[in-house]
This record gives sequence, C-alpha cells and structure tokens, in this order.
Amino acid sequence: MSAPLTVDNVSKTFARGGLLSRRRVAAVSDVSFTVGANGPEIFTIIGESGSGKTTLARMILGLHRPSAGRITLDGTDLATIRGSAARHAFMAKVQPIFQNPFEAFNPLKRLDHYLFLTARRFAGASSTAEEERLTDAALRQVGLSLAEAKGRFPHELSGGQLQRIAIARALISRPKLIVADEPVSMVDASLRMAIVNQFKALRDELGISIIYITHDLATAYYISDRLIIMQKGHVVEAGDARTVLAAPQHPYSRQLREAVLLPETLAVPSTPTLSSTP
Amino acid sequence: MSASPTRPEGVPSTERAGPVLQVRDLQAHFRTRYFGVNREVKAVDGVTFDIRRDETYGLAGESSSGKTTLIKTVAGLVKPPLEMVGGSVRFSFLPGYDALHRAPPQEVARIRWRHLSYIMQGSMNVLNPLRKVGGTFKDFAARHMGGPGPVFQEKVVEHLGRLRLDPSVLQAYPHELSGGMRQRVTIALATICRPEFIIADEPTTALDVLVQKDVLGMLRSVQREMRSSVLFVTHDMGVHAHLTDRLGIMYAGRLAEEGPTRTLFERPLHPYTRHLIASLPRIGDDTPRKALEGSPPSLADPPPGCRFHPRCPLAMDVCRTAVPKMVEEEPGHRVACHAVSGERAL
Amino acid sequence: MLAILRDLLRYNIEFRIGLLLVGTVLGMAMLSFVSPYSPIDVYVAPPDVPPSEAYWFGTSSRGQDVFWQLTFALRNTLAFGFVVAILSRILSLLIGLVAGYKGGWVDRVLMSINDTFIIIPLFPILILFYFVLRDSMSWVLLAVIMACLGWAYDARLIRSVAMGLKTREFTQTSLFSGMTTREILTREHLPYVMPIVFSTTMNNMNWSIGLEVTLSVLGFTDINTPTIGGMIYWANQHTAIVAGIWWWIAFPVIFIVMAFVGLYLLAVSMNEYIDPRSRLARVGGGGS
Repeated sequence: MSAPLTVDNVSKTFARGGLLSRRRVAAVSDVSFTVGANGPEIFTIIGESGSGKTTLARMILGLHRPSAGRITLDGTDLATIRGSAARHAFMAKVQPIFQNPFEAFNPLKRLDHYLFLTARRFAGASSTAEEERLTDAALRQVGLSLAEAKGRFPHELSGGQLQRIAIARALISRPKLIVADEPVSMVDASLRMAIVNQFKALRDELGISIIYITHDLATAYYISDRLIIMQKGHVVEAGDARTVLAAPQHPYSRQLREAVLLPETLAVPSTPTLSSTP
Repeated sequence: MSASPTRPEGVPSTERAGPVLQVRDLQAHFRTRYFGVNREVKAVDGVTFDIRRDETYGLAGESSSGKTTLIKTVAGLVKPPLEMVGGSVRFSFLPGYDALHRAPPQEVARIRWRHLSYIMQGSMNVLNPLRKVGGTFKDFAARHMGGPGPVFQEKVVEHLGRLRLDPSVLQAYPHELSGGMRQRVTIALATICRPEFIIADEPTTALDVLVQKDVLGMLRSVQREMRSSVLFVTHDMGVHAHLTDRLGIMYAGRLAEEGPTRTLFERPLHPYTRHLIASLPRIGDDTPRKALEGSPPSLADPPPGCRFHPRCPLAMDVCRTAVPKMVEEEPGHRVACHAVSGERAL
Repeated sequence: MLAILRDLLRYNIEFRIGLLLVGTVLGMAMLSFVSPYSPIDVYVAPPDVPPSEAYWFGTSSRGQDVFWQLTFALRNTLAFGFVVAILSRILSLLIGLVAGYKGGWVDRVLMSINDTFIIIPLFPILILFYFVLRDSMSWVLLAVIMACLGWAYDARLIRSVAMGLKTREFTQTSLFSGMTTREILTREHLPYVMPIVFSTTMNNMNWSIGLEVTLSVLGFTDINTPTIGGMIYWANQHTAIVAGIWWWIAFPVIFIVMAFVGLYLLAVSMNEYIDPRSRLARVGGGGS
C-alpha cells in the first residue's frame, strides 16, 4: 500500500529585490491535496509557466520549505526532517524525475556512477556485486539492462533511453512516490509514449504513486487518475482526470481545454496491424 | 544518390508561376575536424520538395531528423562546419542561384525581408532590448523600406491593426512585453514588407499553451491575407495539425513522407508516420498507445538502406540494403517505403 | 590527460611557444641546484665583468655571477608565484563553490567578505605589512599574505559558474542519489570550474610575481632572498644603468618577461582545451 502524501494549505512566497527593497512574491497560494490515499495513483498537476507547479514539486521533494502550511509524507512532517540520516530516509521514499534527460546526468560522468551510488546510499548495497544486482533489477523494470548502461556516458544514449535510466535510478531506492516534472516534454515523439506507459507500469506493477507535472492536457488525460489545474499559484480546479478534462468547469480550465491543438474530430488512423509488435 | 529528382506529378496545373521554393536532392553535411579526426554527419541526405505560393508547408521531425539543418540550408545559414555538398535550393524570386548562401550579398540584401523573412524561436534576438519597439521598426524601415516617414508610420499602424495589435506596443521596450506579445511583434516585423516566403523555426515552442494558439492563429491569418508561403518547422504534431496545409515528415536526414496535412493524419502510409500519428494521445480516447522500439539512428553512422528499418515492424530484406525512393502513391502524397510501394506494385 | 597534452603539442602553436618559454625559465631555475656559489655570498667573482665566456651573463657590482644569481632568483620568484597561486586557488574554489551552491545567507556573508577583499587597495596594504613586520617578513609570509588578498576576483567567477551548475538537473540527480554537499561540489561541480582554476592559476602567478617584483624593486621585501625583484633592487642600488652594467638588469628582465609571456600563452591555450564543452565536442557529444 502506498503511503499518502498530504499537502495541507501550503503557500510559498519568495523574496525578490535587493537588500533594502525586498518584495514578497507568492508562487504557491493555499494548495491542499492528498496523493495515494486509496492505493497508488498518478496525480497530475497541470499548469503553464508561472503557475507555481514547479515550486510545488520542489516543496514536495523537500528542496523548498513551505512559507505556510504542512506537507506530510507517511505521517512525517517534512519540516521536521533534520540531519542527513533523516534526509536520506526521506529521499529514499520520494524520488524525482526531471524534464531534460540530457541534463539529468553529468555529461562528464559515467551513468552507472549515479545508479550504483543510489543503490549504496539508499538500498543498503554493501558490495559491488549487490550494487550491480540492484541496478540491473531496476533497469530491467524499465526495459533495459545493466549491460546496456554500464560504463556509458550520457551522450552515447538517446533521450528516451536516458529518461528510462533516470526512472530506473529513481526506482532503486524503492520509493513510495515519484515526482516527475515535465518528464516527456523534451523527449522525442516516437519515444514519448514509452516513458508515459512506463509510469502506468510503475503504478500498476510496483505500486508507486506518481506526481506528474505537465502543461500537456492530452498526456495528462492518457495517464492520470486525478488532477489539479493551477493558475498563478492557485488551484482552480481539481478532481477525477477524465471528468475534469471531458468537461472542465472553471473558465481557465476551459480555455486550456480549448487550446489543445489536436482536435478529436481528426479521425484516428486505423493501423491495428502496425501497433502490435511483431 | 539518384540524380533525377522525383517530380511530383500531381502538382495542380493552376500554379501559374510554379513553386516559390524548389529543393532538389539537397545534401547538407557537417564536416568537423577535432585533433586530426574527421567526422562527417550527413544531417540532410537527399531531400526533395516544393513549396507553392499561398500555402503553409510543415516540416516535422525529431531531434536528430535533420530538420534544423534543412531550414538552415534553405535560409542560407551555411557556415562551417555545415556544408551544402549537393542538390539545389531555388527560390522563384532569386533566379540564377542554386542556394541562398551562394548569391552575392547585394542580392541577398535585396530579397531579405521583402521576399524572404524569418521568424525564430527567440524573439529577443530580433528586437533591440535597448530601444522601444517603435524604434526597432524605424531602424528596420531605414534599412529595408527606404527611410521612415509619415507614410511608413501609417503603414506600421495599419499592419499592426491587421494583426490585431495595439499601436501602443510601439512605445514599449521589449522586456515590458510578455513572451507571446514579443513573438507577435516579431511576426509583425517579419511580415511588414509583405514577403512572399516566411521561414518559421519553432516560433511557438517556448510559449505557453494559451498564447501559442493565439500566435498561431495570427500567423495563419497574416499568411492568408498576404497569400505568402510559410515553411513552418516544429516537432509538435498538434501544431502541424492545427496550422499547416501540407506536411513533410523527416526521419534521420531524409523525407519519409509528404502530403496534405489532413491526408497524412487520416491515412498515413509510412510506418514511421503511422506510428507517430497513432501514438498521439487525445483527450477522450482511452486506447493504450504503443511505443516505438529502439531510438533514432546516429547521423554520423546511419543504418544502410532505409534508415527506419531497425525500428520498422514491416521491415523486409530489401529495406536493409536499398534506399527507398519517394513514390507518389496518390496525387500529392509521396512516401519513401519499400513495404508501401511493394504492396501497391503487387 | 596525456592525450590532451599530446594533442595540444601537435595542434596548438601557442601551447608550443608557451611550453618552450616556461620550460626555458624552469630549466634555468633548476640549474640553481648545481650552482657553484651560494646565492647570498658576495664578491665571489670579479665585479662588473661584461658577458664573456667565463661569465655568460657578466657579473654584478657586488661580485656575483649574474647567470647563477639569476637561477636562484628565478627559482624563488617562480616558487613564490606558485605558492601564492595554489593557496589563493584553494581559497577561491572553496569560497566560490560553497557560496554558489549554498546560496541564501551563506552566499550573502561570503560575498560581502569577498567584496571587501576586492575593494581593499592592495599595494598600500602590502607596504603596511612590510613596515609592521620588517625583519620577520620572509617570502613565505609574503606569499601567504598575497594569497589571502588574491582570491576574491576568482572566487566571484567560480561562484557565478557554481550558481549555474546548481540549477542544472544533474545536481538534483546527484542530491537524490545520496551525495553529500561535499561530494556534489568535489565530484560534480569541480570538473566544470577546473578550466577557470587552470587559466586563473597562470594569471594569478603573473599577478603575484609582478607585484613581488614591484615590491622588491622598491625594497619592501626581504632583500636577502634573491628574487628577480631583489636583483633589480640591488642593481638600482648600485646605479647599474648609469654605470653601464646593463647586463645586471637586462637578463633578469628578459627572463621574467619570458616567464610572463610563457605562462600567459599556456593559460590561453590550455583553457581552450580543458573546457568541458570542447572536451565534449571531442569525445563526440552534441548532435547535429
């Protein structure tokens, strides 16, 4: 059973400006939701730039402290986490996946270095053999293997492969929650669905809840169970993904819905023979 | 490489002056030398297409498809390490030269903005950050339209009105405008001389969803009104579906398929296009989407034969050895695939 | 690293010239170890002999062989520059990386200290130190003082790079792979600032040597340790130029200029090739 994440009336303001004239700018205002209360789910946060969705994600990852409100994971208030042991215990439960797979790993370093390190620090691997075993198991869950990733540099792999390795790295610590900030917006179209389907598999097979952050309503519809739509730091609409996207209520949600460029009226091509892999 | 370009038979006879842009068997390679090691990346390898008067031609492709190199070559931005090694790029308004970068500078200056203009992703490159927008328009006029004056001022205001932009934007500095507004101003600047041909390179990719739709709408209305031709490049299939009249799909440096956008969306023929269209998620459609196996090939070392064959569900022996030719399967709909052409031949 | 050096030698003329110049100067400095004279002894040779077969660079009015005196002077001056550069690099790396990565109040405190050091007028401070310390002023102490004064500009430079690195996604990946702050800074960020460290090392050596020469010429250092500046100081004391003993001044100046130009050329050429971007281009990263 997945541990529920509770976001409780959370706000975040940033100080801007110089030493004397500091203005406070609200990035997130009074946001509340829970994730994973009724089993693993894909929870989507939809918003444009400036909506506060990334700030919210960073607060859930413990990278920012909320200015007001409370975020709890597994019953632990994130604000009470102090010291490296507690931080590591928290990070083992919540792992991030980022937007640009080419940026997710240091281009000057070998990829496996991050995977082995995660196995050592979070999964309790104490020997090289154990590190490799845990890493290989995680890579196999995303359709790769250690043999394909070992000793490779980021530029030797495609964006889709890198993003899958980033997911595999996040899986090594057996997290309860994965926070994915625009994970497919920089991935090529032919590889995008592999990543998106991967998230579904994580939810269904490994029982991991996923917070999927995006501006793309179509993929949000495709994978999410529940969603919130954010505008300028506020949640303007929340609910079941299909219900909300089929008939959005808030004017802003409706605008977003209408701005989807691919009309449903355009017939879906009938290529059933092709979509089945030989 | 076959020297004879496949001339599409189905070009409507109503074309009076022929296509505005004719690209024939274009080959553009990156040649680099690092410490004595030569590398040649065949980013564009034998691409042929036409762009007609009064149409928006879309070019779609993934990150290593060569679409960026293709439009660089078309736009004449050919500088080492990029080299145009074969083929031709002919504009109807630049007769006698087989590529823009081979024309003398005064010829390029003559056609730039009046006949050919660009809209790029970063609008800040075009707008001078230290001058008010109106100042940029004035500079522009001085250089390309024979000096500013009341006539010009009137023209600018009229043009802005046509694009439903308030003349007050002329009094603003670029940083005071939002991203969408800046991109609109860039479009206004690019179209004020009523060019016949506009190259648009991912002009809306950096914009928010809501703004993107507006900017696209504006671009379409200005194109319709001026009856100019637009070469629109983006990886976003939704944008193509929304905006373009015809669409070319690039894969690994070559054109895989080309045809009217609607036809391509409804009846794609090439296995790559079929996959691309079928995998697009749509609101209201719950069918699971399959992902394509493998990843795009490296252009430094592309697979022989059809470059899609390692990922293709229909791959045959011939695909591994012979490069498929572009064949017109139905009027205006061309595809480069052995499997598709073979089916028809049987 | 060896491959880089080989490539640099083969394809970069600046590097070759720089290496030749620095090599000559270093070779000269190394010769001091086989010198027949002690550097502090005077009147070991006939004074004021022009360059000849017996005394290649002539002798000084103090009865020292200029050639052998120069070997000691170069060794001390280069060692001085090197020590200052290493110490100040360590300071600027530490402060730059930590300030850039930590941000917030840590950054504000470190940067206000940093800015204080940037605006302190260096020259008067160094002269002040000399007057306060006088006889206890050795070149090691001077090196430490100059290292403490010479890190601030480069720390700011490193900080700005570190701030950019902090926002890169791989920093977050490192954090969530369980790395500590120290590991992130040394393993992930250090390779990106090394080009800056390398190029500023050479520039910092030039700066500190130049300042040391200036101070010595004016007599504000320990003049008993032979340095290039010290040699020129003694030459001036004996009005060498007026007396026509030009070789006493000319050879130190020629060699210090060779060291300056050589270090500068090395800095420029190495910077180009140690830069991660060009390194990436070489290993085949970055697509079409």
